[in-house]
Amino acid sequence: MEFNYEVEGGNFAKAGYAASSVKKVLKELNVDPKIIKRVVVALYEGEVNVVAHAYRGNIKVDIDTERIFIEIKDEGPGIPDINLAMQVGYSTASAMVREMGFGAGMGLPNMKRNADTLDISSSVGKGTVVELTTYLVK
Amino acid sequence: MSEQQFYHALKVDRDKCFGCVHCMNECPTDAIRIRDGIATIRKDWCIDCGECMKACPVDAIYVEQDDFDDIFRYKYRVAILPSVFIGQFSKVISVDEIIEILKGLGFTHIVPAEATVDVINEAMLEAYDSDIEKPLISTFCPSIVRLIQVRFPGLVHNIMPIKPPIDTTAIYYRKRLIDEGNNPEEIGIFYVTPCASKIATVKAPVGEDESFVDGVINMDFLYNKVYHILKNRNVAREANETDAFEYISPKALRWSLTEGESSSMKGRCLAIDEIHNVIKFLNKVENDEIINVDFIELRACDQSCAGGVLLSENRFLTVERMKKRAENLEQMQIKAKEISFDHHQYIKERLSIKPIEPRSMMGLDNDMATAIKKMERVRRIMCFLPGIDCGACGSPSCEGLARDIVLKDANLSSCVFMQRMMEKSKKLDPQHSIRIIEKTWGKDRLDKDCYKKGAKNEGN
Repeated sequence: MEFNYEVEGGNFAKAGYAASSVKKVLKELNVDPKIIKRVVVALYEGEVNVVAHAYRGNIKVDIDTERIFIEIKDEGPGIPDINLAMQVGYSTASAMVREMGFGAGMGLPNMKRNADTLDISSSVGKGTVVELTTYLVK
Repeated sequence: MSEQQFYHALKVDRDKCFGCVHCMNECPTDAIRIRDGIATIRKDWCIDCGECMKACPVDAIYVEQDDFDDIFRYKYRVAILPSVFIGQFSKVISVDEIIEILKGLGFTHIVPAEATVDVINEAMLEAYDSDIEKPLISTFCPSIVRLIQVRFPGLVHNIMPIKPPIDTTAIYYRKRLIDEGNNPEEIGIFYVTPCASKIATVKAPVGEDESFVDGVINMDFLYNKVYHILKNRNVAREANETDAFEYISPKALRWSLTEGESSSMKGRCLAIDEIHNVIKFLNKVENDEIINVDFIELRACDQSCAGGVLLSENRFLTVERMKKRAENLEQMQIKAKEISFDHHQYIKERLSIKPIEPRSMMGLDNDMATAIKKMERVRRIMCFLPGIDCGACGSPSCEGLARDIVLKDANLSSCVFMQRMMEKSKKLDPQHSIRIIEKTWGKDRLDKDCYKKGAKNEGN
């Protein structure tokens, strides 16, 4: 079952909409609260990343009884050095974004911690695609 | 789980309810449906917050209470009285005067519900240093505990397993009376409740095996009695300042107001009142959007207990009066009744409750594969429903109806818009669609009625 959400760059007030919607869906599907928490935290971080860095983005969530797959695709500046971006504390966020309490350099590491697999591909000047998978049966 | 666990104090008066949608639209957990022209409450979904009762235009939703005369079955009749009760009276009426009237009504002892707040506060501060997940949440407001169980099952572990003050006060006072040499069988402890949820937990405690009080009295009932006596007195009497009332600390007096708990906790604390505000906030907490918060004080009513559904006076006035009374206690340096060391220990040993278990009511099916199929059906049905959430089908929203259809509690033809479309394509006979509407809204519902609220003969 597939769900799609649009993300608007720069609008922090709306960040978290996809995460909250997916959370409601997972609760209705009786998914273990611990797994819901991991999925939602990772998705929220991903949403904030798009809002903070990109111009616009799309989130696709695909759910079956085996796993939850999330693809976060954005149009934006892209990530020149993915290894660097994966480091805890590394951030390119602007002063304004930091002032709002975001941009601590925890986004990608936090997503990695809360997902079973995380794949990033990015092309500078075009955008980034992050793919997350969380397995329901281990 | 026994059936007792789902006891609810909120009841619908079938004679008064005329099946409007006010309560259904207000219910924060979507627990209400209109069937046969009457509001029906889904027991497992209801958290006893009382929003429906506040919204009802014809007072058809009421709170069940024990018979007042039940108190006379006991020789010692103790009223556990929350501070908001006295907070409703203006400052010209002294506490002693109110206590005197309450005793005249039959109580032998009046105890402030917040008498044991200091012991609880101590335990809360200890919980801060324990390994319980942060942000910590207290059990103070029973509707909040139930809300977390049914809607935020992932947050049950954040609830500190400590009794709310009214329970510890009941335990404390019963012990005191027994220690004074009284026969336990002759002691009746009655809680004067400001809300419906407290009654529900007294009748079916969450995380407890038994209740600590012998009965519950609705606060509005008692307020009316006391106010009536005050109004019918010839002269404002000088109350004799005897040992009538055991004062509590200003902190305890403010405990049931917004920021009452949060101002006495360590670390970064927030206070949120009103159920819809709480739901929005807990949503964020669950997403980890709000981090580094140590304690959140959550109350179902606006202005906390001063906004309780069984309070009679305006909640903002009540808050102001209580704050004034607390300030007066501070200024006049009135000593609060101290709990003896032994009793302090006795309460402390009985503070903890069992872990609160989740009982989510959001699942479409216990089996995930089936739940996915059901959700796919909900989403397909949503393609057809108008999406305006009018409530004319008897469900709180189009999505609610779609779920009800999938869970076999409604039909696609329950929707009045769908009915028109079905009539147009000759799939539904107009007479049949009238019968469908009558099934939701009751017979004669479509007939002219000049006596309804707002119509020309209202009140005749």
